[in-house]
Amino acid sequence: MLSYILRRLLYAIPILIGVNLLTFALFFVVNTPDDMARLQLGAKHVTAEAIERWKTEHGYDKPLLLNEAATGMEKLTNTIFFQHSAAMFAFRFGKGDDGRDIGNEIRTRMGPSLAIALPVFVIGLLVNITFALLMVFFRSTYLDLGGVVLCVMLMSISGLFYIIAGQYFVAKLWNLLPISGFADGADALRFILLPVLVSVVAGIGSGARWYRTIFIEEIGKDYVRTARAKGLSEVRVLFRHVLKNGMIPILTGAVVVLPLLFMGSLITESFFGIPGLGSYTIDAIQAQDFAVVRAMVFLGSFLYIVGLILTDISYSWVDPRVRLR
Amino acid sequence: MNAQAVVLWTDALVFLLLAVVAGLVWTIRRQEHLRAPWGAVAQRPMAMAAALVLAVFVAIGLLDSLHYRERLPDSSADAPQYSVEVLSVFDALVGELRTQKEKTYSAPLAMQLYAKEFVERDGVTVRDYPRLVHGGAHLADAAARQPDIVRRVAAGLAQGLAASLVAFAALAVWRACRAGVAVSAWLDDWRAGRLGWPARTLTGMVTLLAVLGAVLLQLTDVYHVFGTDKVGQDVLYISLKSIRTGLVIGTLTTLVTLPLAIVFGIVAGYFRGWIDDAIQYVYTVLNSIPGVLLIAAAVLIVQVYVESNPQSFDTAAARADIRLLALCVIMGVTSWTGLARLLRGETLKLRTLDYVEAARAFGVSHARIIGRHVFPNVFHLVLIAIVLDFSGLVLAEAVLSYVGVGVDPTMHSWGNMINGARLELAREPVVWWQLGAAFTFMFALVLAANLFADGVRDAFDPRMGGRR
Repeated sequence: MLSYILRRLLYAIPILIGVNLLTFALFFVVNTPDDMARLQLGAKHVTAEAIERWKTEHGYDKPLLLNEAATGMEKLTNTIFFQHSAAMFAFRFGKGDDGRDIGNEIRTRMGPSLAIALPVFVIGLLVNITFALLMVFFRSTYLDLGGVVLCVMLMSISGLFYIIAGQYFVAKLWNLLPISGFADGADALRFILLPVLVSVVAGIGSGARWYRTIFIEEIGKDYVRTARAKGLSEVRVLFRHVLKNGMIPILTGAVVVLPLLFMGSLITESFFGIPGLGSYTIDAIQAQDFAVVRAMVFLGSFLYIVGLILTDISYSWVDPRVRLR
Repeated sequence: MNAQAVVLWTDALVFLLLAVVAGLVWTIRRQEHLRAPWGAVAQRPMAMAAALVLAVFVAIGLLDSLHYRERLPDSSADAPQYSVEVLSVFDALVGELRTQKEKTYSAPLAMQLYAKEFVERDGVTVRDYPRLVHGGAHLADAAARQPDIVRRVAAGLAQGLAASLVAFAALAVWRACRAGVAVSAWLDDWRAGRLGWPARTLTGMVTLLAVLGAVLLQLTDVYHVFGTDKVGQDVLYISLKSIRTGLVIGTLTTLVTLPLAIVFGIVAGYFRGWIDDAIQYVYTVLNSIPGVLLIAAAVLIVQVYVESNPQSFDTAAARADIRLLALCVIMGVTSWTGLARLLRGETLKLRTLDYVEAARAFGVSHARIIGRHVFPNVFHLVLIAIVLDFSGLVLAEAVLSYVGVGVDPTMHSWGNMINGARLELAREPVVWWQLGAAFTFMFALVLAANLFADGVRDAFDPRMGGRR
């Protein structure tokens, strides 16, 4: 088991290097620092000196891969690649265009992101499973058919609609909760409630429908027939057998997104003014702050790979037949 | 020539896609085992009703993909100059809907502007809601508006019903004659649902669409049915123009996805070994990068490219079009991994089956085995993936436009409509019609696509047989 985890961790390194090289190619080779400077300074009053100054300020005035002018190890280290891309492996992200340290920013913004993403994840899972079980319990009745049609309709509505409608009705028209914003401590609950509610409702359609297919598949298996033959009640079959076994694919499927919860949700956070990593990313994209975007790409892929490893471990944990070697 | 045809990149690809689909339909019709599941799809009332709605959307999108530029009236015949504005056949068909502009916002079916202005009335300047230039211009006063709308809706209803009744009668006579039975017998079969196709649902759906179309036609003549936007453009027109953008994103993206997913997925599963490792490595890397950020980077690159090569893009439409194409390509590049993984798993299973082993023992080449034995057996997965992905892509466009990395801001799209209108909810009175129209159209298209996808999946996926 331990050697398996170690091997997976080692396997993660080439993937992170791949991500790193790809982002380096996208942000420095295809889109040269000169292009970035021109985009940042605006097309109208761009002089060669202004571009040079911008590049020096941001540390992009070095050669890309190999510094011919330097000596010894400096040849490799005093380059854009080493200082801006390779440094990420040590989680040194440098500074954003606003001069703030990105690593610091990430640490302070993870809290608010988690405050939204974690409740959405947990409550969403519970709500979706409840709805799915209800539909399975009433399967092949009109109640079930209605539930499925409702799910398809819910998932056909744009996610933006849920947010805008939620903000408009709950916050503006009925004045129940603040439209947007965030606060520290217990006061935060007021601000968290609406985004969590909206995100959970937005996820019901696809979530409940997906879990329903898992349970329906489970219910057609032999052990369920055996349980019924023993004379167990339908409710007992559903909760003791189907739910328990259906949870295996549901939970292992959910594990992969667990680390990504730190990244927060782009749209929800920016609409509700939550100072988390999601709104940080959106602001960076809109301000074309490449240092932040690169840092978020690296962080996102790092967390995704952690999620993949956790998934493998959770498989062997819930299902002892799966042996990891 | 009074016009010059303009073929944008996405136009060409849309028609290429149409040709591919036509070729596929022709192939499928000739092969019994491929035709059978489609026959099953055609049996499903829900799927066919959805397909009908989709067909209407596709028709509008295709008409909107035939672009041209009008000749400027004052240019000579031998050295023609063409307008910089790129129009489409759809624009020509809707006629005045495009050109009838107001000054700014106006509510649906209104005859007055949204905001008060100083207007001169009987020689006195008063502050009042000015009349619209086009909306309700034929009315004498505000009291005449309601009865006029009711009259027009009733007329539209009557026309729609009459048209569909005539069409239905013609259909009944034609089918009855072909089948060699009395018309009344055919009608009995129709009522009992014994025709072998979901006739009642489809008749109802056609009637519904005809009535809807007729009512809209009656009203758009003299009103702005969904109101006007900030610059006074008719919102119904913008919503209809956005259909093409949504369809292009939903379909062209899969055109990019498919070759990547099919080739890499099957090759990885078939050859295994280091090829499998390499392909898995590539898709894990691509998968692990947050999609939005990759799309953002690619869109920025295209923006820089367009700005540094202005000579290649002579019209605003061409610039917006290349960005749309880039968006489709990059979304395709980020989204092929899921299907590739699915195909790889399926191919791993298939390659151990007896008939594949036998083919290999006979010395059949790898390419031939993949082409004749593997690909046809995973094709249903590809098909299911296409229809399932479509609705997600249409919804993603709105989100990306909000983030600022979606389609060009000058392009008509539901995402841009939502993005431009979401702050207007803070106004008093609320400007809701732009958001409402965008969400309604999007909902109609995505719901139809989802219901159709369900039908296709149920018919093709053997595991789902009988169960919903």
